[in-house]
Order: sequence, then C-alpha cells, then structure tokens
Amino acid sequence: MGVIMILYYLICAYILGLLAWDFVREKKSVNDMILYLLVLIPLLLRILRIK
Amino acid sequence: MSREWTIKSALIAIAAVLMILGGAPLYKHRHYEVPVVAGPGVTSVIKLSEFVPSLKGSMADADVFVLEGKEPGGKVLVMANTHANEPAGLLTAVIMIENAVVEKGTLMVIPEFNASAGRNTRPGDGYPLYYDIPTEWGAKRFRMGNRDTSPLDQWPDPDVYIHYPDKQLLSFIDVRNTNRTWPGRPNGPLMEKVTFAAMEMMRKDRLNIAIDMHGAETMFPVTNCIVAPQKSAKIATLVSMTVKAMEGFDNHVEPSPPNFHGLSHREIGDFSDTLPFLLEAPIPFLDQPTGPKTVKLLLDGKDPFLLSLSKKKKLFVPYDENGWPIEKRVGQHCSVALEIIRQYSKKNPDTAIRISGIPRYADLVKNGVGRYFHDPAKAEKKSVYYE
Ligand SMILES: [Zn+2]
Repeated sequence: MGVIMILYYLICAYILGLLAWDFVREKKSVNDMILYLLVLIPLLLRILRIK
Repeated sequence: MSREWTIKSALIAIAAVLMILGGAPLYKHRHYEVPVVAGPGVTSVIKLSEFVPSLKGSMADADVFVLEGKEPGGKVLVMANTHANEPAGLLTAVIMIENAVVEKGTLMVIPEFNASAGRNTRPGDGYPLYYDIPTEWGAKRFRMGNRDTSPLDQWPDPDVYIHYPDKQLLSFIDVRNTNRTWPGRPNGPLMEKVTFAAMEMMRKDRLNIAIDMHGAETMFPVTNCIVAPQKSAKIATLVSMTVKAMEGFDNHVEPSPPNFHGLSHREIGDFSDTLPFLLEAPIPFLDQPTGPKTVKLLLDGKDPFLLSLSKKKKLFVPYDENGWPIEKRVGQHCSVALEIIRQYSKKNPDTAIRISGIPRYADLVKNGVGRYFHDPAKAEKKSVYYE
C-alpha cells in the first residue's frame, strides 16, 4: 500500500468521525440524522475494505 | 432511553442492515475462488511477483501457468482478463490450461491478468456478480469482474493519468486499466507493476509471441478483429485469411496506432522482441443500448435493441436473431490463437511451437464451452488451483 493510499484512508476515517459526531449532536431533525448516516455508509465500507 | 436515542438507535439499525445487505454480496464476490484443474500439459505455476517482488501478497499477483513441451522450441504467452468484464478470454484461457498438451516449445497462460479487476464489479451498470457455464458435471461458476482494478487495491486515482514513459495524458480511470499501463515500471502504481512484471517475463524468458484476449462492443469499430502492430501484421493477415477460408468466420486485422500509448499491442512490441497480438471478440453485453444486463445476455448475446440497430446498419459485426453466443466468441479466440502459433511456427522453424488438445471454433460451436472444463471434485487435489 502506497503512502498516498494510507493518507486517503486516514482522511476517510477523519470525515467518518466528523459525520458520526454530527449525528450524535443532532437533537431534532430526523431528516439530518438520516442524511449523516447515508453519507457515512460508503466511507465505512471503504475503511472495512468491502467496497 | 430518551426519545432522541430511540430514533437514533432505530436509524443506526436500519443503516446497518442496509450496509450488510449491500456489502455482504460484494465481500463474498471479492473472495470467491474459481477452481481451475491444471491439465496434463501444465508443468509449473509461477507468479508475476517473481518478476516484480513488491506484487507479492497483493490481489494483483497473478498466476502464470507454464506448459513446457518435451522438445525445446519457441514460447507463447496467452493473457486473459486484462479486462475482467470480457469473459470470453478467461474461458479460453481455462480451456487451454485444462486441456492443452505442448509437444514442442512452451505455452504460458495468465487466466486473470488483472486479478484485482476480476474481484471488482460495476453495480451502477447492473453487472451480475457471477455467471454459470453448464457442464456435464454441473454448473461451473465464474466471477464477472470489471474493466478496472478494484479501488481497494489501487487508490486514489489521479486527476489525469500521465502515461509512463511517453507522458501521454490519459483519462484518470486508465490508471487502473491494464490495457493502458503498458509497459509499466517496477515502482509505479499497482497496475504499472503488473504490466512491468509481464514485460520482464517476456524479456527475460525471451518470449516469441504474446496474445492478449479481449471482447469489444458490436457498436465499436475495433471489434471481431486482431489488433497488430507493423511487426506482427504479416502473421495477423495470414491468420485472418486462413480462419476465414478454413473455418468460415470473419476476423479482420486492425493496425495498432503508433501514437496511442499504454496498450499491449503497442508497447509489448516496442519494449521487447515479443510479437504482440490483441484479439477482440464481439460482446453485446457491453454495448450501451441493450436491455437489462443479465447473465443470459452476457452468454447468448441476444438483444432486441441491437437487432433493430443491426437492421439500421449501426453495428460493426453481422448480427441476427441468434445473437453472439459465448461458444462462438471462445471458439474464435481458440482458433485465432492456435492459428497465430501455427503461422509463426511456419515462418520460424527454429522457435516453432506445437500444441495439441485445444479445441477449435467448430468444436466449441458444436459442443459448447462447458464440455472442456474438468470436474475439480474428481481431480487430484494438487492439480486444482484457485483463481
Ligand atoms: Zn478489453
């Protein structure tokens, strides 16, 4: 695995963390909660090395 | 639990279920192994990492089946799954590995040249994950791959792919396309390492012929043909005329453009003494204006939209109600490859190659593809390889 590939996985994990944190902090809008989760799925699939 | 967290838990559960439903089939596909029974001709199986050690342990480290004859002679390399969504090549390669007997010279077969793309898919185009070939002992299941390497193995893509060493600007996606990364380099992106390993094998083992088997859309002009650079053109022309006269199918010769870089039929010839040939068999499945991308379409090539386009003369191959079945496409690859070897051997008796056991076009059209696959359950364990 190249250095750039490792950096991209780190970026991926960082954005995943931001989205998860936004999801936790969202108190009211169910719509926003769903959107955070939806955006989070492909990042998680990449980190788990599934897609 | 607060109302907020009751809702959040329910949403997390739904997202998890969606992820598992979507992810599990992809994970299974990437790790599904196709058994290949090494036939009587196989003398050893090596890996591309012998030529570029850093490939070792990666999904891109392809197997090379070596079939060495008793009598010394020339050497031919046959490659399939350069594009892993063009299955006629892979099926031809497996037929060769399981059946060929080499009397003189050496046959080398790489069934999954882009081994990572063979474990990738294209969900957005509705690709099936597998296809089954019926045999006398049951269905033999193959993975349907993608044109490009899985991003799990090579990531990220550049904005523009700058070809090495010609610096030609290619589409970003072509950095994962093993028919744009020739001749490669040992420390480049993963697919440049793969093509470089093959180049090293051709140079060090002094291979005489390299045959790269593909499939192309019926609406694309470079289809149903042999693509050859100047140095291979004479043999390609003789092959084209012979299969037309003796076996009754068309396969015209397309010249390899000298200024289009990264393709096997260009760079193999320019960077080694090996004579390259790229074979294209029509694959209606890859045409854009077809019905659903089903396994049936992949295997029989029958599509009502292509049929009506054919009547309007929009296709580059003859097309009727019979479609373009897989046994015809595999048969063409077998016959054209055998004919290239025969024509080369006639011209170069010192490095001639003699092979038996590989069926030809008429055999495949009559018997089907599955007739030439052997049951891995009945084979000796040590002769079963997993691709
Ligand atoms: Zn191709």
